[in-house]
Amino acid sequence: MLKHYEISGTDFSAAGEASSNFKLILKQLGLPADIVRKVAISMYEAEINTVIHGGGGTCDAEISDKSIVISFNDNGPGIKDIDLAMKEGYSTATDTVRELGFGAGMGLPNMKKYADDLQIKTTPGKGTTVVLTINL
Amino acid sequence: MKLSEVKAILNAEFLAAETDDLNINTACGCDLMSDVLAFVKDQSLLLTGLINAQVIRTAEMMDIVAVCFVRGKRPPEDVIELAKKSGIAVLTTEYPLYTACGKLYEKGLGGRGSAQTL
Ligand SMILES: Nc1ncnc2c1ncn2[C@@H]1O[C@H](COP(=O)(O)OP(=O)(O)OP(=O)(O)O)[C@@H](O)[C@H]1O
Ligand SMILES: [Mg+2]
Repeated sequence: MLKHYEISGTDFSAAGEASSNFKLILKQLGLPADIVRKVAISMYEAEINTVIHGGGGTCDAEISDKSIVISFNDNGPGIKDIDLAMKEGYSTATDTVRELGFGAGMGLPNMKKYADDLQIKTTPGKGTTVVLTINL
Repeated sequence: MKLSEVKAILNAEFLAAETDDLNINTACGCDLMSDVLAFVKDQSLLLTGLINAQVIRTAEMMDIVAVCFVRGKRPPEDVIELAKKSGIAVLTTEYPLYTACGKLYEKGLGGRGSAQTL
């Protein structure tokens, strides 16, 4: 099954709608609770990043027999140093974003922790693609 | 601990989903959503001073069953509506975060790494 979502880069209150919708689908499919939780947390972190850092984009999620693969695409500023971005506590979030409760620099480490595989393709000035895989 | 006990200890008020007999196993006091997302526990209560929609979304992702806003804060109506839709109980207390957490801890509601949950 394939799902496609548009992620707004300006409506912060809508951030997380894709993850919320996809979580509901997984629950309805009767997938185990630990799988649903791994997907929900890693997908939500990636979705928030697409909003607050990527300026919005798209998300495609696919459920197959073996795995769930979710990719987020944006045309934002990209990530200059991925190793640095992966470090717990590293964040370039603005004060406005911090006031909303994000910018702890924990999102990418959380994605790595909860997804079975995390791939990041990024070009500074062009954009970022984050692919999360959760094995079934 | 039952949610009704939490409500009594914090002298709190329900804003959504009055479910007095809900079981609360652990609690977490935090204003950083990514820290909450790093913390996975069942039947948790989240105490926070933030009142935007992402608090409810975060709770939803984590299967957090109840959120208590501190320092008398009340989220906008659309945030309460979102909580209702997600089936998350919402309370508000006049106590600040530190005091609210301390009061619950003292009455035996542990958090991650506390004696109660070790
Ligand atoms: N899609 C993206 N586009 C551009 N930069 C990104 C993107 N995703 C992450 N980054 C960069 O990587 C940093 C670390 O991301 P991470 O998700 O770990 O932390 P954060 O989003 O800043 O804070 P938190 O996730 O704890 O709220 C970000 O601050 C940002 O500089
Ligand atoms: Mg992040």
